Amino acid sequence: MRILVVEDDPILSNGLKVGLGFDGSVVDSVAACADAHVALATARFDAVVLDIMLPDGSGLDVLRDMRDRGDTTPVILLTALDDTPDRVRGLDTGADDYLGKPFDLDELAARLRAVARRNEGRAAPVLRAAGIALDPAGLTVTASGETVSLSRREFAVLSALMERPGVIRSRSDLEDRLYGWQEEIESNAVEVHIHNLRAKLGRTAIETIRGLGYRLRTST
Amino acid sequence: MTSLRRRLFALLLLATGVIWLSATAWIYVGSRSELEHVLDTRLQEAARMVHSLVSSGNMATAAAAPEFEEAGYARQLSCQIWSFDGRLLARSSGAPLESLAEEGEGFADHEVKGEIWRVYTIVDAHKGVRVAVGDRIGLRDRLVRDLVAGLIWPAVLIVPLLGILLWLSLGRGLGPLNAAAREIAARDGEDMQPIDSRNTPTEIRPLLAALNGLFEKVEAARRHERDITAFAAHELRTPLAGLKTQAQVALTAPNGPTRNAALQQIVVSVDRTTRLTRQLLALAKLEAMPERVQPSKVDTSGVLRDVIAACVTPAGIEVEIAPELEGLLLPGDVDTLHLVLRNLHENAVEHARSCVSWSILPGGYGIVVEDDGPGLPDEELPLITKRFYRGRHKSLSGSGLGLTIAEMASGRLGATLAFCSRADASGLRAVVRWKQ
Repeated sequence: MRILVVEDDPILSNGLKVGLGFDGSVVDSVAACADAHVALATARFDAVVLDIMLPDGSGLDVLRDMRDRGDTTPVILLTALDDTPDRVRGLDTGADDYLGKPFDLDELAARLRAVARRNEGRAAPVLRAAGIALDPAGLTVTASGETVSLSRREFAVLSALMERPGVIRSRSDLEDRLYGWQEEIESNAVEVHIHNLRAKLGRTAIETIRGLGYRLRTST
Repeated sequence: MTSLRRRLFALLLLATGVIWLSATAWIYVGSRSELEHVLDTRLQEAARMVHSLVSSGNMATAAAAPEFEEAGYARQLSCQIWSFDGRLLARSSGAPLESLAEEGEGFADHEVKGEIWRVYTIVDAHKGVRVAVGDRIGLRDRLVRDLVAGLIWPAVLIVPLLGILLWLSLGRGLGPLNAAAREIAARDGEDMQPIDSRNTPTEIRPLLAALNGLFEKVEAARRHERDITAFAAHELRTPLAGLKTQAQVALTAPNGPTRNAALQQIVVSVDRTTRLTRQLLALAKLEAMPERVQPSKVDTSGVLRDVIAACVTPAGIEVEIAPELEGLLLPGDVDTLHLVLRNLHENAVEHARSCVSWSILPGGYGIVVEDDGPGLPDEELPLITKRFYRGRHKSLSGSGLGLTIAEMASGRLGATLAFCSRADASGLRAVVRWKQ
């Protein structure tokens, strides 16, 4: 998953970047409303973690602006104000979920998976396609009944392909899922990960559509 | 009397009663004199008429008609004709047998059988007769009494009706006041919306305006309170969230460097939280401290040197102290001055790019600190001493309380703290000024 964290506290922001990265997510972080607007306008995220009290305004305004533009990216509000009226106001502004500070990192990760799942129109936590089962929470993949061991980045590439089986994902699409803004993209990283995935899951599992990208073969 | 309605009712009724009584008294006096005049003229005319009959000579000595009393105003006038030798030549029916006539001509009051008569007498020396025409004063009094009674009785009957009408119209007239009272009474404690005064009478509009003003003040105070609570919650809970997240990262970190980085962040966060706690305690202490004139003087340069020595100055930032500051004595106590200087210095060091400079105001009544940081937009300047306010360029270690503490501590020293943008370069200039 690619996640945008809008949080002005550098320590918390850093913790989220590292902690959410453990399960293969790529985290971009900004510290102000203005930067959040820019980030949301220039990139597609699977979920947004949004602090309400930001130095240049309220996160609720960012959220309202997103929903006014028709942006359906799931948003989890993260805030020190977690009385019931505050929660209600946050959810009614268009948030998908709400967590009061301090929170549990695992719970935040689970909620992010849940809102992303709903956004993709799925209810089942485990992704299944082409005889492969991928569990985003447990970070496990089974192919033909056998557990396959994948690296964090291989897992991220496979998740992207399995979210929409049969749909072509371009190389830059997959790179977005692998690297945040500050990270330098290795030129043939996607090809390397696809090569490794084919070796582990079988030659025919992933198709290359020349000039367009990759997709999961569904008709086997 | 606390009821406005009852008070107005009593006043209106009293005023109406007084006006009514005055009018009656006036009518009584006015009618009385008018009546006297009319009746006197009638007496005079009647006397002349009778006299003219006598002087024309065709007067028979009529036997007195049988006397009978009649009620009402019948036989008001009585007439007697007397000869000069004292014989009653003639009299009208109902006239007394005793003489009403006077020696001289003209009006006179005359008592006959206990009754007072008003008499007009004409003396005819030629014929040797006196003609006297009179009426009873008592009858005149009754006439006026009946006239006044004719006014008073309907009034007495009308008073209760008037009272009811007054009471009802007062209720109606005070309706808008009651409506406003009902509207306020029906509110819950949260509703601070202004009362709509567009359709209310001008008399109660000032009251409603005052109430609305009060609502506004209460609402502003409450909003301020809520803001502080929200800022405090944010500033206290965010570091805790950071600590917990970093701790969980450290626990689940797959390798040593990641774990060490997380632990390093925890140390930074604990330092920051420690500072926040220290600032909160300083603020609480300042709030409890009474504001008073400082009798003693402190060596400012000594305190400033302590502050600078205790503060970790990052590499690349130079602290300059103007030579005039040496030995400057300012009113105050060491601890409070230390708080002021420490918080101003820490703020300046946090935002400075390369230089923090301390100097004195001309005349030595205050001290100035300037940094060469990014400074603040003018509209943010009044906000920076607000609790937990952290500007756009907030620093990692700032608590949002430092300048609040500096301002409050300056107040305790009898000084004022003011901020402005530097005129010569970018950066913030803080001035602590003592009264001269």
